Amino acid sequence: MTTTPKIDSGIEDFKNDLGKPWRYEEDGYTVTRACAWSAPGCHPVGCGVKLYVNKDGILEKVEGDENQPITQGRLCMRCLTLTDFTYHPDRVIYPMKRAKEDRGKDKWERITWDEAYDIIEENIQGLKEKYGPESIVVFGGTGREGGPMCGPYGAAMIGTPNACYTQSGYACYIPRVAAGTYVAGVTYPEMDYAGGLPGRYDDPMYKIPEVMITWGKEPLPSNGDGFFGHAVIDVMKRGSKLISIDPRSNWLSTRAVYHLQLRPGTDTALGMAMLNIIISEDLYDHDFVDKYCYGFEQLAERVKTMTPEMAAEICDLDVDDIYGATRMYACADNAAILWGLATDQKANGTQSGHTIIALEAITGNLDIPGGQLLGDVSDSLGDLGFGWKELGPELQNKIIGLYEYPAYVGMVLNSHADLTLEAMETGEPYEIHGGFIASTNLLAGTCAAQPKRWHDAMVKLDFVFAADCWITPTIQCCADVILPLATYAERQSMVGTHYGASPNMLGAVVDAVKVGETKGDLEIQYELGCRLNPGTYERFKDFEDFRSEFRLGNLGMSYEELREKVVVQRNVSYKKYETGKLRPDGKPGFNTPTGRVELYSTMYKQFGEDPLPYYEEPQRSPVSTPELMEEYPFVLTTGARTYAYFHSEGKQIPLLREVNPDPLLEMNPKDAEKLGIIDGEWVKVANEFGECQLKAKVTPIVKEGVVHAQHGFWFPEEDGEEPHLFGVWRCNINELIPHKFVGKLGFGAPFKCVICKVEKLNK
Amino acid sequence: MRNGLLIDYEFCTGCQSCEVACQKEHGFEAGTWGIRVLDEGPWEVDAKTMNWNKIPTPTTLCDLCAERTQQGKLPSCVHHCLAAVMKYGPIDELVKEMDKKPNQVMFVPGPYICK
Repeated sequence: MTTTPKIDSGIEDFKNDLGKPWRYEEDGYTVTRACAWSAPGCHPVGCGVKLYVNKDGILEKVEGDENQPITQGRLCMRCLTLTDFTYHPDRVIYPMKRAKEDRGKDKWERITWDEAYDIIEENIQGLKEKYGPESIVVFGGTGREGGPMCGPYGAAMIGTPNACYTQSGYACYIPRVAAGTYVAGVTYPEMDYAGGLPGRYDDPMYKIPEVMITWGKEPLPSNGDGFFGHAVIDVMKRGSKLISIDPRSNWLSTRAVYHLQLRPGTDTALGMAMLNIIISEDLYDHDFVDKYCYGFEQLAERVKTMTPEMAAEICDLDVDDIYGATRMYACADNAAILWGLATDQKANGTQSGHTIIALEAITGNLDIPGGQLLGDVSDSLGDLGFGWKELGPELQNKIIGLYEYPAYVGMVLNSHADLTLEAMETGEPYEIHGGFIASTNLLAGTCAAQPKRWHDAMVKLDFVFAADCWITPTIQCCADVILPLATYAERQSMVGTHYGASPNMLGAVVDAVKVGETKGDLEIQYELGCRLNPGTYERFKDFEDFRSEFRLGNLGMSYEELREKVVVQRNVSYKKYETGKLRPDGKPGFNTPTGRVELYSTMYKQFGEDPLPYYEEPQRSPVSTPELMEEYPFVLTTGARTYAYFHSEGKQIPLLREVNPDPLLEMNPKDAEKLGIIDGEWVKVANEFGECQLKAKVTPIVKEGVVHAQHGFWFPEEDGEEPHLFGVWRCNINELIPHKFVGKLGFGAPFKCVICKVEKLNK
Repeated sequence: MRNGLLIDYEFCTGCQSCEVACQKEHGFEAGTWGIRVLDEGPWEVDAKTMNWNKIPTPTTLCDLCAERTQQGKLPSCVHHCLAAVMKYGPIDELVKEMDKKPNQVMFVPGPYICK
């Protein structure tokens, strides 16, 4: 393990814990060094932690581990308060059951794991026999190990093809992965922040990005997709210049050279205009385009249809800023685009992703130091496809949405979210009878659009079980059994940057304490899988054998070896399109049908989508629905992340709650004045799809005519029983997000671009 | 020589790790702080410039983590700062650091002399 000097913090010779082993004794504590991941939820950065356990076996404090080469001792408030999460009186630490007639009531009864597994086995096997395995849906979330494990939980553990991340249009990450896959044959081009290099920013192989663009991304609080957000600050201190593309001013955008504060949902127009400028001003990398791109001429023709002047009009931007920012990006020796969730959250999102990949490609920034780092062909989303083959063709073909949206369903092996809701509501193409809520609080304004519809469909299911740390509103309304989920301090697993799809690091998740009878997702999948679908698990000798294939398959190292190292940085190499490492056949080029970055995507064409990027207005906007703007004069964008919470999680933790006590609606001071709304006042936000109440935050960070709403609020301190359900409906912004406003391939939904009105609550 | 905290507020992102790290280190409940991040903004200087500075400010309860520093550890806020913008040390050394770039502030917390 390389001991990287701590970045810029402390100027004196303070003793710290550099070079300490994975476990050591200090002042009466047993200290365990490990990497943080799940639970609490976060994207898999694998931040280094030191877990201090006292003589009584209690986790007393958590500190950042300065040995972790990326985070270097730094830690956010969500992990600093892990002890409060761990020992919170509301936490579920034993298996519990509840009679079906008591759904919605706080009538949980402690049982043993054996009894819980017996109940689940009896009910799930009964439903499988009566209605077929496809009648059971796994509801998956994000940020916990059960998120990426949603597919295996379905196919391998239960034996159903219907694993479902319930966000309309899978409007998180997967539309970007689709653009990466169908345009360039890569999973997820991320900014290279030297995460895999032993010398980090000073490594001789590395070069600081001259320019970075944060595009619809606020990486500092979100650590999106496993990117350590504050790496942006590290490289800015070392000279990187920033361009921010975001409808809101966030703190980071105030440090940008250009802030393109575009109208929500118009990103593709901007992306096309930037391509137009780069091509027409001859700022592109001819060598890379000649050797490694396909369809450049067609792309050039297409983007001619979007002049910078038109884009300025569409996006509500100053055209000089579009020119200036584009030239700054294109003329840099090396530059990186950090693409964010906003890419995904519109029906036109795959096209936004397409323009971003095209920008990275034609400027020659793919897979160069300080550009966009690519995973090699052996780096993969480790969980994807586990158990799928064993389902057999008949069940595979029953996955909901396969025929309507093959580009979505076939790529991520998830049933289509919107069609899954419709199946639950209508019984078409077949009835859904059972459910497993795997680390998702989908009703709490997190992922599901129109969550009341999901609620009404879920409470009708014959049998539902759940795995979580808390009785969430989602679990309270419909679950019959809950399995207590371990935190990362209570289980053994592994965490890899970008779910293993990016060559930065792998870290050990280590059990430092035992709390109640909690178990991790890995153990639950194996133990319950052996009961529900034994065929898939027969080849494993025991749990450890299963874990080493499922989690450590590519590493060539046992769990114990990884635990001792705590962190392994992965070998980084650049320009892998020259060395054959991007293709399974080992030939140079990209893993696409033409072997090139398909600026003209043959795969989109095959799926019936336009092979070239095109701009489409959001389905509700001042341009597409001018007739509605009198009633709903604001463009609504939702879901910006904060430091305090991972989506709906953390509301019970007092030190987190005091940082963000209420769900906020950010609105411009001029709009607030017009409506007579004062800062801190509760307001009603409504549109044709739904309504909720939020607290007005009057602030110039949003432009006039745009409001931003926080998401994911529920109130664990309030009545948890039906119909109140911890107040989950009162502030639920996702009630305003429509069902199935998705793109042609089924991807993307307008979580960041609908319209609404705002009213004083007490007129 | 007194010790102080040097903070580079050009790069302080306002993550509030310092606040929570301090609360956990000292066992402070919600509503009690040893350091707080002053939110100086956002306000518009002109149409293209937003003023927004986040400035961690020690409270009267800041003891510069005396227990930790005696053991040779950094104050918890400095250790956990996500943007790595905080430095701890004797004020003469911090003053030398201050000269290297603008937009830094030094705090020298201690008991009030008026009481």
